[in-house]
Amino acid sequence: MANAFSRIGDWFNERAPGLMPAYRKHMTEYYAPKNFNLWYYFGSLALLVLVNQIVTGIFLTMNYKTSAAEAFNSVEYIMRDVEWGWLIRYMHSTGASLFFVVVFLHMFRGIMYGSFKKPRELVWILGMLIFLVLMAEAFMGYVLPWGNMSFWGAKVIISLFGTIPFIGSTLVEWIMGDFLPADATLNRFFALHVIALPLVLLLLVVLHLFALHEVGSNNPDGVDVKHGPKGNRWNPEKPIDAIPFHPYYTVKDLFGVGFFITIAAFIIFFAPTFGGWFLEHDNFTPANNLVTPSHIKPSWYFTPFYAILRMIPSFFGTAIWGVIGMFGAILLLALLPWIDKGEVRSVRFRGLGFRIALGVLVFSFLALGMVGAGVTSELIPAWFPGADVTTWENAFGRLMVLGYFGFFVFVWIYTRFGFEKTKPVPERVTMHD
Amino acid sequence: MANEEVVDHGRRRFLTATTAVVGGAGVIAAVVPFIKSWEPSARAKAAGAPVTVDISAIEAGQKVTFAWRSLPVFVVNRTTDQLAQLKGLDPRLLDPSSSDTGQQPKYATNPTRSIKPEWLVVIGLCTHLGCVPDFVPDIKPEPFDANWKGGFFCPCHKSRYDLAGRVFSGVPAPKNLAVPPYHFIDDSHIQIGVDPKEAG
Repeated sequence: MANAFSRIGDWFNERAPGLMPAYRKHMTEYYAPKNFNLWYYFGSLALLVLVNQIVTGIFLTMNYKTSAAEAFNSVEYIMRDVEWGWLIRYMHSTGASLFFVVVFLHMFRGIMYGSFKKPRELVWILGMLIFLVLMAEAFMGYVLPWGNMSFWGAKVIISLFGTIPFIGSTLVEWIMGDFLPADATLNRFFALHVIALPLVLLLLVVLHLFALHEVGSNNPDGVDVKHGPKGNRWNPEKPIDAIPFHPYYTVKDLFGVGFFITIAAFIIFFAPTFGGWFLEHDNFTPANNLVTPSHIKPSWYFTPFYAILRMIPSFFGTAIWGVIGMFGAILLLALLPWIDKGEVRSVRFRGLGFRIALGVLVFSFLALGMVGAGVTSELIPAWFPGADVTTWENAFGRLMVLGYFGFFVFVWIYTRFGFEKTKPVPERVTMHD
Repeated sequence: MANEEVVDHGRRRFLTATTAVVGGAGVIAAVVPFIKSWEPSARAKAAGAPVTVDISAIEAGQKVTFAWRSLPVFVVNRTTDQLAQLKGLDPRLLDPSSSDTGQQPKYATNPTRSIKPEWLVVIGLCTHLGCVPDFVPDIKPEPFDANWKGGFFCPCHKSRYDLAGRVFSGVPAPKNLAVPPYHFIDDSHIQIGVDPKEAG
């Protein structure tokens, strides 16, 4: 039997001699620093969710009807009549939200430990492109059930392009293929959601991993293990503080997967709408082009960016400033490797100013999420009866917008002009032998 | 190598460049149909014909929404009380005298932004990002404005308009609500989509 297996192996190796070296390069002989902590689960979890979205998505297309007249009912049909259809749909909708949970945590890890810094700028840029495509993918997927929030969400997001001077209104009609989101819009969004964007997403994920494996993983100490002493148990040439990805990190990641699936299963079975955060209540009514839902808001993962859009008022007769602010918020993140000029990677050894600024960034981001989701407009009257809600919400929201953008301005000044007082970075990872 | 001597590098560069230009032009030409295929189809455009609506049943102070090109068009029968409030609002508005010519036809460039003072006809889409504003006609303090004189309030991003569809300052929306082309066929019917001049 063993003989038969090795003969099959030989047969492949003769015809595709690059397969085994590629497997070794990316798995058994991909040496990753040995001090990964909890924050390093989220990359592999994102991959897991991607697979979940593709598999459940394929099965959803088997019963979904791509037309404005039938889409809403076909989703209800999946929920009520298709055997296990409810499970497949909830896996897909919960997966979408959890995708953003793990991606946000993954990005925060990168900022916290300086994983975006030289030589990993390309990994970071590819990651930001993945984030952009993921947002487009999530937005278009949200439109497909053709509920009233789908319709109005599509209307608002597409109208963002209408704020571009001169070509705006033509561009909006071009995107919608009609004067309002309609059958044509739904059909093209379906095409982009199920084939065009997933192809791009998969390609970017592969490039993200290849780029990572070229330069090697960062770690919580931000120490370059490749430049440290050599010689570990497996290979005298490889860094002493690194271990092979397989089996060590595959097993570690499997533990994370088990934990993650437990949480996901709880949501899928007991709280699939997550109190209106994962699936909004207004989306359980069919699209109606004459009635706007009273509290229109995007899915929770867009709310911080949406709040930036809302908080920036119009000047000079155009609303484009809010749109620029919203996209600028993402662009600045992508440019972080060139904004943050600090030499020290990990927050563990960085100056107090950076730590505080990082805290401000996280707080502003979460607070903007609350503003965008309409939580503040409910809390203000509850906590301060009689207060003018719009004034206070705008004041708070604009302060948080300043906090978010202030992070980038501060970090640039702080690192560019040498204000940062870092701690000495150790030669090797702090957790060894 | 013998080949080195016979290669004419100038000619090779020329051929490479011309091939790239011709090929590039071909690619651009081939992309055009795909981009054009996203424009509104003939069927979608045909659905944009003018509509005639009966306004006789709209009582004073009421708003009725009609669909034109599947856009919501608000028709409001304004009371004299409501009309009297318009002038006093001017200092709080972004464009009180309707100077943005793109937002209304000439015949609606007046203080009431309408052909007949009481009848307001506007496209009910917020000029910020295209939500349908709510009709909040009563002259009384509202949670979003303690000094409210009646108008439209957009639930999406909280833009406010007065009862002539004029936008307030300091809200996300940059322009007044658009007035569509329309004319009165008789006292109880208007046609949306056709100017009075064209109707002749």
